[in-house]
Amino acid sequence: MRPNRRTLGMIAVLAGYGLAIGMAYGAGKYGPGASDTEIKIGHTNPYSGPASSYGTIGRAIEGYFKKINAEGGINGRKITFITYDDGYSPPKTVEQVRRLVEQDQVLLLFNTLGTPTNTAIWKYVNDRHVPHLLVATGATKWGDPQGHPWTMGWQPNYQSEGQVYAKYILQHLPQAKIAILYQNDDYGKDYLKGFKDGLGGQAKTRIIAEQSYEVTDPTVESQIINLKNSGADVFFNITIPKFAAQAIRKAADIGWQPTHLLNSVSASVEAVLKPAGFAASKGVITAFSLKDPDDPQWQNDPAVKEWRAWMAQYYAEGNVHDLFNVYGYSAAQTLVHVLKKCDDDLTRENVMRQAANIQDLELSMLLPGIKINTSPTDFYPIEQMQLARFDGEKWVLFGEIIEAAVR
Amino acid sequence: MTHWLWPAFGVLVVLAVACLLPFMLSSYRVFQVTLAYVYAIALFGLNLLTGYNGQISLGHGAFYALGAYTTAIMMDQWGIAYGWTIPVAGLGCLGLGVLFGIPALRLEGLYLALATFSLALAVPQLLKHFETWTGGVQGIVLAEPQVPFGLSLTKDQWLYFLTLGILVVSFVAGWNLLRGRIGRAIIAIRDHPIAAETMGIHLAFYKTLTFGVSALYTGIAGALSAIVVQFVAPDSFNVFLSISLLVGIVVGGLASISGAIFGALFIQFVPTYAQDISKAAPWAIYGMFLIGFMYIMPTGIAGFLWTVWRRLRRERRKL
Repeated sequence: MRPNRRTLGMIAVLAGYGLAIGMAYGAGKYGPGASDTEIKIGHTNPYSGPASSYGTIGRAIEGYFKKINAEGGINGRKITFITYDDGYSPPKTVEQVRRLVEQDQVLLLFNTLGTPTNTAIWKYVNDRHVPHLLVATGATKWGDPQGHPWTMGWQPNYQSEGQVYAKYILQHLPQAKIAILYQNDDYGKDYLKGFKDGLGGQAKTRIIAEQSYEVTDPTVESQIINLKNSGADVFFNITIPKFAAQAIRKAADIGWQPTHLLNSVSASVEAVLKPAGFAASKGVITAFSLKDPDDPQWQNDPAVKEWRAWMAQYYAEGNVHDLFNVYGYSAAQTLVHVLKKCDDDLTRENVMRQAANIQDLELSMLLPGIKINTSPTDFYPIEQMQLARFDGEKWVLFGEIIEAAVR
Repeated sequence: MTHWLWPAFGVLVVLAVACLLPFMLSSYRVFQVTLAYVYAIALFGLNLLTGYNGQISLGHGAFYALGAYTTAIMMDQWGIAYGWTIPVAGLGCLGLGVLFGIPALRLEGLYLALATFSLALAVPQLLKHFETWTGGVQGIVLAEPQVPFGLSLTKDQWLYFLTLGILVVSFVAGWNLLRGRIGRAIIAIRDHPIAAETMGIHLAFYKTLTFGVSALYTGIAGALSAIVVQFVAPDSFNVFLSISLLVGIVVGGLASISGAIFGALFIQFVPTYAQDISKAAPWAIYGMFLIGFMYIMPTGIAGFLWTVWRRLRRERRKL
């Protein structure tokens, strides 16, 4: 049943009583969507449309909150998770987010997915002072505590990741001659900026060739030929899955064998390495921050076992090979940590204060050694990654955890 | 002389209710209804072309996008007040509509549908290409529209009335166009092009004109959508938008002015309700609604209401 104006009115009256009683007993301080028994959380995700493969993140989050509720909730309060489909269409996101904030009265927005979709609501949530936490996009712009103090990212952003590769090169390949292929838009340029920042003064001398492509181009084959002819021995590949597969295959076809650094956007074995060919993909390097449940080294890891048990119980229809389900699980864990820290002060201000004060938080499905840290001036929760090399069948992690903070 | 009294009275009542609505609904609901009005203007434009003139377009999302981007770029790059951008967006789309209407003359029926579909496919990619102007994938965030003349309205209420005003003006203009000589020519071309030509109707002229005017309406709607949503991005104008517009005019009622409003309410609200009914398969529910509507009301909501109205009157006369 949809609440009509009368029931809403009654709810408002009841909420008023609730507030009065709460104040009388001095139980807790509450913003909209929070009470002694409930915390309302809003979320949007493209369950339909071209980006619907991300939809599983929303379902995973829902499954994780079910588990939390079954175990007694957060400080005794049950989570009400309200999630709407926006079909990856920004106007629809605006509509659904307004519904969440104005009608459903959620305490906060969590892990809303997509760069254009979050851009559409960016100003609205900051004008309204609604926490817009742990958004599901890799763009670097979400860590802007000065200009947008109510919005915070979660995953390592593209610039951080670019820096991770730069640090690796500086440390292990000091004589590198670098060639870069990047997508000519904000995503590609974000990576490129991070990479060049990471190389610092070396960027000018080390990078000997740069080629770009448009997302509308049919292939990147000619760019690969040009890059090979530059004589580079390190290749930084900033491409989305379709072009990543083409680039890997073409490089192998023309016998170019550089140290191949592939952005994590295209680290999928199924979508990229398989079509490119396992032989051609051998030796490619990328960066991870989450544990891949298919990685044999985690076979007996208690955290991965726990994750599998959770999948079986709370999200049985989900795919246990899909890394997005690890993503949703871990993001939800982060939020639960923040809400626990809020204690009995569930105002929007305090939620933001706690979100901006995470210290050395380790999550079960993050790679060992990766810690989440935020501060009032640092809205980038995850800024560490570890490199992995493809051995012809699977990714194999190697080396230390690399830290790359964007400032 | 009383045959027009009832409809006129009906329109006045509807308008009165429409004016009271923003003071009774929450601002989120007002925003939703405003979006429905924006769609209604676009649907009227498409209905002019498809319903009245018989040219099928699967590409009106493209004109909608161009209207929206005209407004967005003018506001973002040159800081022009949003009010001025609406006529520019409309006229720009009128010009482009006429230009596209000329080659479209050679195409008919499904072939034209495919040709216009290519527009819907191409525009989002082109928008990504001209990044310096369009902001690429990230789109453009627009300045918040201010309430003018010191009116004591909220931003949502003001945008509601602005959209409602433009809707009324454009519907009256369209109604005027359709009931006269030009309207008869447009409809005659749909019903029997050869007969129309024999009677001296210049097919090419009227078809291109209709295409242009149709694009004009859709462009104005696009401009309004940018102002109301305060954001444009290529992903806002995907192929699905064009298809939704076609769904809107068919469900609302082809060749009907009020049908545009019913169709707009359908494409604005039914997907959301479908989601409330079933989280797992909202689009299956939407599809069922669509089939249900087409089965019960094959002439659209407007056609259905018209039939009911006529039947009621006949019953009354019998008594």
